Amino acid sequence: MEWFRKKKEPLVRQTKKEIPDGLWTKCKSCGEVIYGRELEQRLWVCPACGYHFRIRYNQYIELLLDDGKLEEFDASLTSRDPLNFKDRISYTERIRKSQAKTGLKDAIVCGIGRIGGRTISFGVMDFAFVGGSMGSVVGEKVARAIERSLERKIPLVLVCCSGGARMQEGIFSLMQMAKTGVLLSELKAERIPYIAVLTNPTTAGVTASYASLGDVIIAEPHAQLGFAGPRVIRQTIGQELPEGFQSSEFFLEHGFLDAVCPRRDLRHTVSLLIEYLCGPTSGVHETLKAPAPES
Amino acid sequence: MATGIYLDFEKPVIELEKRIDEMREFASDENLELTREIRLLEHKLKKLRQDTFSQLTRWQRIQLARHPMRPCADEYIELIIDDYIALHGDRGFADDKAMIGGLGRIDDKPVLILGQQKGRTTKQKLLHNFGMCHPEGYRKAMRLMNLADRFGRPVVILIDTPGAFPGIEAEERGQAEAIAQNIRDMAALSVPVVCLIIGEGASGGALGVGIGDRVLMLENSWYSVISPEGCAAILWKDHPTPVQKAPEAAEALRPTAQDLKEFGIIDEILPEPLGGAHRNPEEQAKTIKRALLTHLGELSALPPAELQQRRHRKYREIGHFAE
Ligand SMILES: [Zn+2]
Repeated sequence: MEWFRKKKEPLVRQTKKEIPDGLWTKCKSCGEVIYGRELEQRLWVCPACGYHFRIRYNQYIELLLDDGKLEEFDASLTSRDPLNFKDRISYTERIRKSQAKTGLKDAIVCGIGRIGGRTISFGVMDFAFVGGSMGSVVGEKVARAIERSLERKIPLVLVCCSGGARMQEGIFSLMQMAKTGVLLSELKAERIPYIAVLTNPTTAGVTASYASLGDVIIAEPHAQLGFAGPRVIRQTIGQELPEGFQSSEFFLEHGFLDAVCPRRDLRHTVSLLIEYLCGPTSGVHETLKAPAPES
Repeated sequence: MATGIYLDFEKPVIELEKRIDEMREFASDENLELTREIRLLEHKLKKLRQDTFSQLTRWQRIQLARHPMRPCADEYIELIIDDYIALHGDRGFADDKAMIGGLGRIDDKPVLILGQQKGRTTKQKLLHNFGMCHPEGYRKAMRLMNLADRFGRPVVILIDTPGAFPGIEAEERGQAEAIAQNIRDMAALSVPVVCLIIGEGASGGALGVGIGDRVLMLENSWYSVISPEGCAAILWKDHPTPVQKAPEAAEALRPTAQDLKEFGIIDEILPEPLGGAHRNPEEQAKTIKRALLTHLGELSALPPAELQQRRHRKYREIGHFAE
């Protein structure tokens, strides 16, 4: 019994958490058993089927930013409980527990980094924190990330991963969609590029706001992307959903993604996109800003 | 007075109203002097109405917001707008009948008015998809708002939706993208925008036409990130019928006009006739028209750049966090 448990336990825990940290990990998609170090070398992508394991915010920082370094901003922002919301546990308690579990204050980490030598405003969401849900803190931090782009005239890159707006903050969560969208209208007017990177999953309120507003939108393969939840759609239309529905490939097929980009190519792709949109030298404006239209 | 369908908690009021009507008829038919009895009952009715409608629970307000007799957007347009011309289509895919709109005059001033249309009869409900827009509905709304923007006409939006439609085609045509684009592009409009929630304001489905310089709510309307039923389905997912928990979820979500005014999210609550908008649609329309004229008047006095700046600042500041 002892050997059986030892062997089995990490598997169960890993599939649940989806973050491989044991020696051997079983692929959630094809069942392949992969050695931990190999999986790490392959950026947590299954060598057999290409399944992208969900990874944490710090792994994306390492993966995307020069020297794996981010100068973090607004790290102390913490949720309050505007509705005094209570389900099985109070919202305050839920936040406290998630903070203890993840080492994060909320579901996004933002700051300034460099990619391909160019300074960018960067944000990365983390699903481990209450399903990457967007409440006031996520909204505020995205807003400030956009403002850093505006102030310094540097491109914006957001790695999205979220189940949507955070129900426990009610209308305040919904209004974060408005807040981020309104600020992105300023970014658009200033012609500062914004690259949205969608990872598994990016759904509901986040998809219906900043995740869908990138000048260029790319996604990791086989991510779940969409607006309404599959359960709700199934109930509404009373039928099963087609294979591959609401995946990255589905989004690409229907014209809502610029590209599906495997994890190993993300850094290069984002770096090139920024170069193409900003010109080869630093400073967005001298090189990028198109001449004002003649009137 | 009100005939037809009514809610459980309205029942005693409706029954007493009926009794008074019957007594009046009886008195006139039989030529009897029942003035005193009738007056007593009317007094009782007045008190009963006050008791029933002055302290509604959140769930009762939501039921009023969804009342089968509640006026729909088209009825208000009819009552408020003169010389209305309906305009159709998103110029890309279709004309979404859950989103109606067009140009007309409010007190001689040209406006664009948009509304999410639920429909009253079964046939209408099906035609208008119960007020649940597809992406083309949001795109149609944005197309018309851009039209208003180009020609300097203010925009009025009547919001009433149980949610953006959750279906395969809606996802295929980019429901999320349509809503996101609207949020961003409504922020950039240079004309006054007044949004009024006349019934239900369910989540992104409402917000997709919900970015305004002023956001108003009728007294018995709701607006939140999720419907009480949706919230209950998540919180009580092990419950055999989570929908029974919707009243509790409604309390937790605090989605009423009164809640949102207290949170500072909306600008004004427009009073409803006692018992709800359906008890007197004409009176309700008058209240709405008066409020729209006031807000549009104030906003029209602002230069476009300042209007936009204020709108941005208003949304920029919404949030509740510690630092
Ligand atoms: Zn695999």
